[in-house]
Amino acid sequence: MDTDYAIIGGGVVGLSVAWGLLSRGRRVTVIDGDDGAFRASRGNFGLVWVQSKGMKQPRYARWSQQSAALWADFAAELGENAGTIVPLEQKGGYDLHFSEETLAETVEKYEILKAKLGGDYPFEVLGHNALRKEEPHIGPKVVGAILHHQDGHANPLRLLRALAADVRRMGGQVLTGKTVTGVTKPDGFRVTCADGTVIGADRVILSAGLGAATLGPAMGFKAPVRPQRGQVLITEKLPKLINRPSLIARQVDEGGIQIGATNEEVGLDDRVTQPGLSGLAAEAIAAYPALARAQLVRSWGALRVLSPDGLPIYQESREMPGAFLVTCHSGITLAAVHARLLPDWLEGTQAAPDLEVFSEDRFAVS
Amino acid sequence: MTRDLVVIGAGPAGMAAAATAAEAGLSVALLDEQKRPGGQIYRDVDRAMVRRGAILGADFAHGAGLTAGLRHDRIKHLAGAVVWAIEEGFRVSYTQDGKGAQVSGARVLLATGALERPMPVPGWTMPGVMTAGAAQILLKQSGVVPRRAVLVGSGPLIYLIAAQMVRAGTPPLALVETQTRGDMMGAMRHLGGALRGFWTLAKGLKLLAEITRARVPRHTGATQIAIEGADRAEAITFHAAGRAHRIVCDTVLLHHGVVPNTQAARSLGVTHRWNTAQQCFLPQVDDWGATDVPGLMIAGDGAGIGGATVAEIAGRLAALHAACETGHLTREQRDARAGSLHRALDKDRAIRPFLDAAYPPFAQALAPADATIVCRCEEVTAGTIRAHAGLGCTGPNQAKAFGRAGMGPCQGRYCGLTVTGILAQANGQTPDETGYYRIRPPLKPVTLGELAAMDNPGQDAAE
Amino acid sequence: MKTVSPFLELDDAPTVAVTFDGRTLDLPEGANLAAALLAAGEGVFRRTPVSGAPRGPFCMMGACFDCLVEIDGIVRQACMIEVTEGLQIARPHEAGAEDDT
Repeated sequence: MDTDYAIIGGGVVGLSVAWGLLSRGRRVTVIDGDDGAFRASRGNFGLVWVQSKGMKQPRYARWSQQSAALWADFAAELGENAGTIVPLEQKGGYDLHFSEETLAETVEKYEILKAKLGGDYPFEVLGHNALRKEEPHIGPKVVGAILHHQDGHANPLRLLRALAADVRRMGGQVLTGKTVTGVTKPDGFRVTCADGTVIGADRVILSAGLGAATLGPAMGFKAPVRPQRGQVLITEKLPKLINRPSLIARQVDEGGIQIGATNEEVGLDDRVTQPGLSGLAAEAIAAYPALARAQLVRSWGALRVLSPDGLPIYQESREMPGAFLVTCHSGITLAAVHARLLPDWLEGTQAAPDLEVFSEDRFAVS
Repeated sequence: MTRDLVVIGAGPAGMAAAATAAEAGLSVALLDEQKRPGGQIYRDVDRAMVRRGAILGADFAHGAGLTAGLRHDRIKHLAGAVVWAIEEGFRVSYTQDGKGAQVSGARVLLATGALERPMPVPGWTMPGVMTAGAAQILLKQSGVVPRRAVLVGSGPLIYLIAAQMVRAGTPPLALVETQTRGDMMGAMRHLGGALRGFWTLAKGLKLLAEITRARVPRHTGATQIAIEGADRAEAITFHAAGRAHRIVCDTVLLHHGVVPNTQAARSLGVTHRWNTAQQCFLPQVDDWGATDVPGLMIAGDGAGIGGATVAEIAGRLAALHAACETGHLTREQRDARAGSLHRALDKDRAIRPFLDAAYPPFAQALAPADATIVCRCEEVTAGTIRAHAGLGCTGPNQAKAFGRAGMGPCQGRYCGLTVTGILAQANGQTPDETGYYRIRPPLKPVTLGELAAMDNPGQDAAE
Repeated sequence: MKTVSPFLELDDAPTVAVTFDGRTLDLPEGANLAAALLAAGEGVFRRTPVSGAPRGPFCMMGACFDCLVEIDGIVRQACMIEVTEGLQIARPHEAGAEDDT
């Protein structure tokens, strides 16, 4: 065999898992797409986020919390090894509200989840005045916010680059510009690419984002992932304006204000639209009026990789034992558990996390 | 507002197209970010001719005829309109006087012209270093001329600007030219074509004579060009004729050709291919300027460098095509009018192969040293881009994600070709295999306030 | 009063008073702001947010975004602005230039 693990997909999910396996001495080959591929790893919002995750499935909330808790240590080790810094700030994040009703409804839901999590769900509600003390630029239309102390944000592109560098440093093979056309298991696995490259592997991990929908069924997966477009804006670099991140806006470490994001079911269309940009700009200004004078310098559309219930899928193939589907729409938040905990599950060790609720069994046969 | 044809750019191609289309009966919107028509080549021509026509010359005066053609009932000239998004269909979003607005039309003609080819040499980001085109714009529009300047690079534009500076009474301190005698010898094989463009050639020789008479020193075959200075340019250093040179100066004017401004075309997904002779990507267009995006045309330097006369003709051809498509002209009428234009186009384009070969880009700026900044906005060096190639970046979009090159407000206009070139070389790929930045709105920055003012929650966001 | 400028002005147009970085300058009314500042001897328009390096006009055609200045709290290209009486021009996002609403 060429390698212990062939990982199809060189985004943050595939590279995080690769990094974790390499740390345990496994041989890894990552097969990555071309420069123009749909890449959620390049288009995501960069939050390391806990609140609002797993409202109906506490295990997902817990999994997100576990990752958030492991993130700082993971980022520090990765950064040190790769000779760089992976910027991370975990001093809480907001869910901003423009009406007392939605705020109260959300708090009620959080209390229910908090009870299910045994009380480990540290959030507080800030009224407008309390919020203004924390965020002097907050606008009068914001009635209040939920501040969740386990939330934070990272620089997702620096994470991606650090992973790309460190996976190579640890001896991982990374093949870029490839399109996987087939996976077979005559004996061991054979992964075939469009350019004729064939990789032999003991095990295969399918972490190809939306590509899993096409490659998955032939490997025995349902892989019911669909694209959901999110348009994102970023301004010129500004002096400090926003202290903590929210789903509406965050100030990135380079200085720009990142504003997001739309939720659009438009298939494989990652373009931005004027109505999309205008709607996001209006909401951001409602939250932070000073942004009206900021220049938008870039915008992009990226496609979320969504399962029917929005939760990750971790599944070993029954048809092809040794093939694993690993997919989620929160690759940044979950990077730390993918690097630190998922290898135990892949290797079937005693320490393997219980990921039963994330199996494909939860989806009805279509 | 809806028009039959939306023209973006009021240079020679856009002005000629707008006038021709309007005469044929089409309603036209002509958008340009400048307050007055002319584009860069005829910048502010109506005012500039009055003030300094003698310095700028007869070719420049020709532009006044084009601006006159814009006075037509069917042309809505939106001056000072900065276009920041063009969406298929077409919906053109722009900002004018601090307000966002839109114009739509089934046909769009991009006449966005050219940009200076980026010339990354050490020190090129310092104040006091400008493009040669910038110096010409300063002269045309503002009557402002650098007193102690050195012109650096290659190409006929350097001679034109040098001659205009001589006429203005401030000759450049020197011309530091990067082309070699060998380039000129190699170009001779294209001379047959060049002679068909005899007048262009004769004009070039006349400019050189003016420069020589003013005793402006010329260095050719220059290499290892670098600009020295603490907070601004103080001197230029280079090697030529077997020795090192240093010229103390206040202003360094860089130029090694111009390249199509493809931002708008790329944002709409027009197919581009690498052109080896012009060392840049060209949008793929047919004889009428039509692209592979239905309804979208490109005319002028934006479709491939040809100069002002070629641009004007191409603009008229595109307008005739649009008039035919909209039923304002029959196919026969279109072809009857187009015949002489196509012939004139061939004649005027004949000199390009000679010029491209005689004045090639400066090789050391196409493959800059590791320490040289290539992305001016984000201050990313050539060495960093090469390191990205080592991390598996096969194209500029992954490199952009890895190191921010191309993320600044200029949207990659002044680093895109360099980054593609560096990656292609490092990966052993062609520029076509390497590709280019994915260009998206905003084509130019727009304030969030302007964007938000266009928010209309009733509008179907998904269309 | 005019500082010694590396640029020669061919025209002699009527001027208006503007402020740049807190200082008063007399610039030709209706002139291109970037050109007028250069002619007035102002070569450094701003410092970059990345490294603090000085920058001034480079392309003069609205493409390079190096001649950025701040007017009314908005960062804009000086080469795309005309000089008008009383214009208050600040360096982008420097202390004091920031909108503190």
